[in-house]
Amino acid sequence: MERQQSRRGFLKTVGVGAGALVVAPVAQASSEAAPHLNDEEIGMLYDATKCVGCKACMSACKRENNEKGNLECERGAFDKNETPLWDAPNDLSGNNRTVIKLYKEAGHPWSYVKFSCMHCQNPACVSVCPVSALTKDKQTGVVSYNKNACVGCRYCQLACPFNIPKFQWDRAIPQIVKCNFCKETYLKKKGISACADACPTGAILFGKRKDLLQEAHGRLAAHPDKYQPTIYGENEVGGVNHLYLAGVPFAKLGLPALPEAAPPQFSEKIMHTIYKGFVAPVALYATLCLIALRNLKRDKASPHPIEKGDE
Amino acid sequence: MHHHEFEKQEGNILTRSFFVLLALVMIGACLVVIRFAKGVGAITNMSDGYPWGLWLSYDVAVGSAMACGGYAMGFLIYIRNRMRYHPMIRSCLLTSMFGYALAGLSVMIDIGRPWNAYNFFVPSRWQINSVMFEVAMCIMGYTVVLIIEFMPAVLYSLETSKWRRLREFADSLPPFLAPDKVKMEAHIQRVSNTAGLIRPILEKALVFFIALGVTLPTMHQSSLGSLLLIAVTKLHPLWHTGFLPLLFLINCIYLGYAMVVFESIFSSHAYKRPYEIRELSGVGSIIPWLTALWLAVTFGDLAYRHQLAAAFCLDFYSCVFLVNVALLVAGSLILVGAKNRKSPRRLFAAAVLIILGGGLYRMCVYLIGFNPGAGWRYFPSVSEVMVSVSIVAFEILAYQVLIKLVPVLPRVGLHDPETLGTNKPKQTVTA
Repeated sequence: MERQQSRRGFLKTVGVGAGALVVAPVAQASSEAAPHLNDEEIGMLYDATKCVGCKACMSACKRENNEKGNLECERGAFDKNETPLWDAPNDLSGNNRTVIKLYKEAGHPWSYVKFSCMHCQNPACVSVCPVSALTKDKQTGVVSYNKNACVGCRYCQLACPFNIPKFQWDRAIPQIVKCNFCKETYLKKKGISACADACPTGAILFGKRKDLLQEAHGRLAAHPDKYQPTIYGENEVGGVNHLYLAGVPFAKLGLPALPEAAPPQFSEKIMHTIYKGFVAPVALYATLCLIALRNLKRDKASPHPIEKGDE
Repeated sequence: MHHHEFEKQEGNILTRSFFVLLALVMIGACLVVIRFAKGVGAITNMSDGYPWGLWLSYDVAVGSAMACGGYAMGFLIYIRNRMRYHPMIRSCLLTSMFGYALAGLSVMIDIGRPWNAYNFFVPSRWQINSVMFEVAMCIMGYTVVLIIEFMPAVLYSLETSKWRRLREFADSLPPFLAPDKVKMEAHIQRVSNTAGLIRPILEKALVFFIALGVTLPTMHQSSLGSLLLIAVTKLHPLWHTGFLPLLFLINCIYLGYAMVVFESIFSSHAYKRPYEIRELSGVGSIIPWLTALWLAVTFGDLAYRHQLAAAFCLDFYSCVFLVNVALLVAGSLILVGAKNRKSPRRLFAAAVLIILGGGLYRMCVYLIGFNPGAGWRYFPSVSEVMVSVSIVAFEILAYQVLIKLVPVLPRVGLHDPETLGTNKPKQTVTA
């Protein structure tokens, strides 16, 4: 009987331990301090009040990032000069890394808005990718995609609070498509993203996050009447490197109102606590092995014990 | 290893239901060919807003939880030491094995670049922050463990079988195709001998796989809930909580027990075997404790996050949530009554309610409560549903065939009251 008592006590300890393991991270996750922002990373500042909607950025993006088998660029047989046919996508897609949209509502001022990857400081897509197909460059902060690693699970799409990564649903050999600041193409050659270089009005600025923030704050101070009072992306989901200034409310432009904590802060905290050092699973396995071994030994001594109490 | 506790189901393999199920499987197979030729979007309604559709939510999240019979019973039998349930373990393991293997198959159909799946085994690609990584590794590992746990039954059949079906088949072949009798006998003998050699070794090591078979589902079933932790802004606050892993873990255990009851009564009915009421009543009595715990965590958490009002405001989400709770409460209330647990009909009804409630919870977290923002809509396409249907059909088909080839079902009359009286234990284990 004493042995059984001790086993019961042991099971209780295990149970309480497991319970604490589950509860503790939940309590801690909400009180986690925001990690340090790296303002040395490169980013873009899009000023919607300067954008004239010419979409030069869109065609520049397609021209530069037309990797083979990646972005769809129709090429007619009559097209002798390597220039792809122009297409007019109305949203980001598996063929399209950036898009200009127009917001217009009766009785309100109108505004253009540009969408592309926000290059988060703490990106959810990188946190969830099981095979490191999405990675964040430590120096530049660029979030980029490697199709040779990707298994196509689309967890990045589910995780991204901005719905940025797009999947090629209509292809037998699909991949995830999203902006990578022309990391492998234009940025290498010219040190700037193709869209920012193509913009005729200076609506897209390219540079270090700290310089962009300084510029944005300067514009806000100079023309408080013209702008919404905040810089979208300065604090959203732990800060992003693609910043926005606009004259109309950001929610109207399709930029969602988001909390300041990055989603991975919440999820990783919980997972890391449960699986810290992989101790809990190993301990669980060892315990179960011991109990099962002992039970089997007992079963050999007296097969089929019948219990009261659970019928 | 108690091989006497199990028996093969007698009967023909090629029944009418075999061909009906086979037809369903073939339809699914054709659709899968289209999916691989023309892309995932060709046969599904998934979109960039709803990147996970019916296949992930039903086949993987719900399907693997319904396949937790092997896990839940393994825990009950080997860890809680209720050896009298041992005769039920093989049918539970078998359904778990199919459930998990086919959830895996479904993932391979669903993911866009399955040929890159080898990256899960390349350490430099591992991304240990990813819940998906943990789930994928655990589920792959567990499927292997399930196969190993089931192997003694297969080896035992190979060892002791008279190979009647094979002989009949060889005899039915025209003379120029028929194999040499003497050679065939030699081959059969060799296979039997090898099986007889491996089985005792495997059975000695089996306990370590049994413990692994309890550890791995504890990890990945809770992590199936953790997968949605990242969807901070997309999952409705009724369901998005730090307790998702705990809720998913409890959920899969009661779903597992409910599935054991459901499958046992269903197959007893279908094969006109006596109902295993004694065991099922015991299994059924565990479920209300688990659902009560689950409901306590759910409502405690809602109160802690000040979301109780959202649960009772009777909008669409609140209604789905309340239906979910009602199904679980109704099923559990039936099982609380000791008399109800003696009736196959009521046990079955309760199991169905629990399965619907538990399954609905997982669908809520993966699809119903998921909203990526304005403008996105998702409802599964007919082809998407057909692929899921054909996967379930394949599960039933394979179960039907295997119980006739391998001793899986509990031997009839094993626990008659007379025999029960004779082997009362010397000490009663109450843990």
